[in-house]
Amino acid sequence: MLGGAGDPAEHTLSIRERLNRLDLEELRGRARDAELELYSFGITFTVYTQKDVIDRILPFDVIPRVISAQAWKTIQSGVIQRVAALNLFLHDIYHQQKILKDGVVPKDLVLGNKNYCPQMEGIDVPCGTYVHINGTDLVRGDDGQFVVLEDNGRCPSGVSYVVENRHLMLRSFPDLMSNIGIRPVSNYGQKLHEALVETAPAGVGEPQVVLLSPGTYNSAYFEHIFLAREMGVPLVEGSDLVVENDKVYMKTINGLDPVHVIYRRIGDDFLDPEVFNPDSVLGAAGLMRAYAKGNVSLANAIGTGVADDKAVYAYIPRIIKYYLDEDPILANVETHICREPEGLAYTLANLNKLVVKPVGESGGYGITIGPRASKEELEKCRAEVTADPANYIAQPMVNLSVCPTLTDDGIKARHVDLRPFAVTGKSTWVLPGGLSRVALTKGSIVVNSSQGGGSKDTWVLE
Amino acid sequence: MHRLLSRYAEAIYWLARYVERAENLARLLDVNETFSRDSRGWQNWRSILQINRDEERFFENHEEADADSVIYFYTLDQRNISSIISAVNAARSNARTLRPLISTEMWIQLNMFSNNLKSMQREDLSEPRLARFCNQVKEACQTHTGITEGTFYRDESWFFYQIGRAIERADQTTRLLDVKYHLLLPNNETVGSPLDVSQWNAVLRSAAGYHAFRRVQPSGMTQADVAGFLLFHSRFPRSVRACVHDISNRLNHLRSTYRLIGGATALDELDELHSLLDDITIDQVIDKGLHEFVDWVQLKLIRINAELGAAYFGYPALNQEGQAAD
Repeated sequence: MLGGAGDPAEHTLSIRERLNRLDLEELRGRARDAELELYSFGITFTVYTQKDVIDRILPFDVIPRVISAQAWKTIQSGVIQRVAALNLFLHDIYHQQKILKDGVVPKDLVLGNKNYCPQMEGIDVPCGTYVHINGTDLVRGDDGQFVVLEDNGRCPSGVSYVVENRHLMLRSFPDLMSNIGIRPVSNYGQKLHEALVETAPAGVGEPQVVLLSPGTYNSAYFEHIFLAREMGVPLVEGSDLVVENDKVYMKTINGLDPVHVIYRRIGDDFLDPEVFNPDSVLGAAGLMRAYAKGNVSLANAIGTGVADDKAVYAYIPRIIKYYLDEDPILANVETHICREPEGLAYTLANLNKLVVKPVGESGGYGITIGPRASKEELEKCRAEVTADPANYIAQPMVNLSVCPTLTDDGIKARHVDLRPFAVTGKSTWVLPGGLSRVALTKGSIVVNSSQGGGSKDTWVLE
Repeated sequence: MHRLLSRYAEAIYWLARYVERAENLARLLDVNETFSRDSRGWQNWRSILQINRDEERFFENHEEADADSVIYFYTLDQRNISSIISAVNAARSNARTLRPLISTEMWIQLNMFSNNLKSMQREDLSEPRLARFCNQVKEACQTHTGITEGTFYRDESWFFYQIGRAIERADQTTRLLDVKYHLLLPNNETVGSPLDVSQWNAVLRSAAGYHAFRRVQPSGMTQADVAGFLLFHSRFPRSVRACVHDISNRLNHLRSTYRLIGGATALDELDELHSLLDDITIDQVIDKGLHEFVDWVQLKLIRINAELGAAYFGYPALNQEGQAAD
C-alpha cells in the first residue's frame, strides 16, 4: 500500500484507516479463523512426501493488496495486448512462419524448442485462440512500474485462490470491505465458460464443455474442482473419455455422450498416447486426431509452450511490435539471452549482479540469485551456464515491491508479485484482481507456493 | 444438461455405502460389546472375525483375538480395509472425487469426520469408552445422511446415492442377524430364556429398532418376532424388505425419469428377491435355517451390486452364472 517514494499510497487511505481500528490481536484472531476455514473447506494444494500425501493450505495473509483503478487500467490493456500478440505469434509459427522468415525471432529458437509441436502445423483453431487462459507474472520495480517477469500460456494455476481468498475476506472482514468499491472477481467461472463456448468447433449447437484433470492426486486438484463447479461442467479424467470415429465422448450412465470443448489441465505430452508420451494414461488415445479434424477444441491449444518459454520471452516486445505495430504497454524485465554471444558474455561478466534462470524449469527451481549467492554457488552457476548456454537467461535483480503483511513480528513489509488472469474466446477479458503471492520469509523474493510463499486478496478499486 | 459420468455414479453409490457401512460397523461393535459382558465374552470377539471371514487377515497383524485387539482391528486399524476408519477414509476419498457434484457442507463434514478419526488413539477405545466411540461414529454418519438429505441436488446422482445406501443397509441388517445367530447358536434350553430375550433386545436396539418393534408388538419378544421384524417389516426403514423395496423403487424411477437403457437385469434380480421376501414367513425361514437364509440374501445383494456396476459404472458384464466375464 506504499506509493512510489515509500509513502503510503493515496488510494489506500480509507482502507488504512479502517485497518488501524483493528489491533494486532484482532487481526491474528481473524487470520486464525480464516486458516481454519481453509482447512475445513479443503482449499488445499497437495504435497507428496515419500510416504504420504499431504494436503496443505496456501498460507493466507489477511492484509489485502490494493491496486488503484489507474494502475489496473495499464495492467489490463497491457495484458490484453500481450495475449493478442501471443496468439498471433502462435498462429504464425504453426502456419506461414513469417516472423521466422523475417528474422525477428531466431528460427532455431522456435523450431528447435522442445515445446514446439510439429503436429500443430497447419491446424486451424477456432477464433485463432491458442492461449485461452493466460497468467502473466508481474512485478513492480523500483520506479513503481509493473513489468512482466514471465508469461504462463499453458496451464496457469492459482485463479481459484483469487476467488476463494475474496470470499474468505468477505466473511472475515466485512467491516473492512463495505463501501470501498472493490471490483468483483466471482464471475470468473461464467466468463471462462463463455469463452470456451465461443471457441467450440463450428456448427455445434450447445457445446459440451468438460474440464480434464489428471485426478485427485494432482497438486492443483482443488483448482480443478473449483473451476468445474464454477462453470457447471463435468470434471473428467482420461479414463472417462473415449475417441470414436475421430470424435470425443465421455462415458456416462447411459452410454457415450459427445464432448466438444476440453479445458485440459494436463500437459501436452500426456494428452494422447497415440501421438505423444505412449505411456500416458491421463489423456485419451485418438484425441489429437479429433483435434486435427476440428471435432473438439482444447484450451489451451497444444504447443503453446513455445510462446511462454523463458527464452522466447525475451523477444515478446519485438513480437508485439511485429504483429500489432504497437509499443508494449507492459515492459519486460531486461533479459540477457545466454544463447547469444553478447548475452552470454554480459551474463558471465556480471554473474554477481544477475538472477540466472534455466529456461526449462518452473516453480523457481534452479535459479541462482547472484547478489545473494556464495562464491561457490556463483562458480557452480558459471560452469553450468558455460556448459549449456542455450538453457539460461539472466535478468538484473528486480527489487520486488513490498506490501504490509501480518507476520510473527507484527505487520511487516514483505515482497509480492502479481498474476492477473486473462480469458480469451473471441476477445480477451482480464479478471480485475489476480493472484498476489507474498514471500512470507523476511527478505525473501521467492514467492512460489512450493517454496514457502503465501497469498493475499487483491483489490482493484473502481 | 449433461449426463452423469459413470465414474461419478459409481463414486456416489460407494460414498453412500461406505458411510452406511461405518455406521453399521459401529452398531455391530456396540451390540457385541453388550453380548460380551456374559461369561463367554472372549468367544464373542472371535466369532465376529469368523462371520466376516477376517480371521486370516486379523492374525497377520495380531497375536490374540481378545476384546482390545479385535475392537482396534474393526475401528482404527487402517491396515484393515473393513475397519470403520477405512470405510470413512474410502467415503472421504469418494467425496473428494465428487467435490464438483456434492454440496460443500457434505464435503466439509466428511473431511472433518475423517480427520477426527485419524486423531483418535487406541486408548479412546478402551471398554468403558467403546460405547461413546460407537455413538460418535453413528452420530457423524447420521449427520452426513441429514446434510445430504438437506443439501444434495436431486438428479440421477441422488438416486445412485439412495440405492447405494439401501443396498448396504439391507446387507448390514442381515449381518446383524447373523452375529446373533453365531454368537448364541440357540439350543432348546436357551431359546426364550431371559438371557436370550435380553440379547434379542440388544440386537433390536443396535438396529435402532426397539421402539419401532414395540409399536408393532407392545409386549413379548421371541427370536422369531425380532428376526421377522428385521427381515420383513415393511415400515421399518432398516428391515431387509423395506430396503429391497426402496432399491427397486429408486431403480425404476431412475430408469423411467432419466430414460436409462441399462439396469433391466438388476431389476429382474431385485424382483426375484422382493417376491421371496413378500412370500416367505419367518417360521419357514427358521425351519430352513436363519443363517442359510441371510446368506442367500447376501449373495443376491452381491449379484445386484454387480449388475448395477455392469449397467452403469462400466464394470465388466456378467455371464449367466453371475461371474464377471473377461
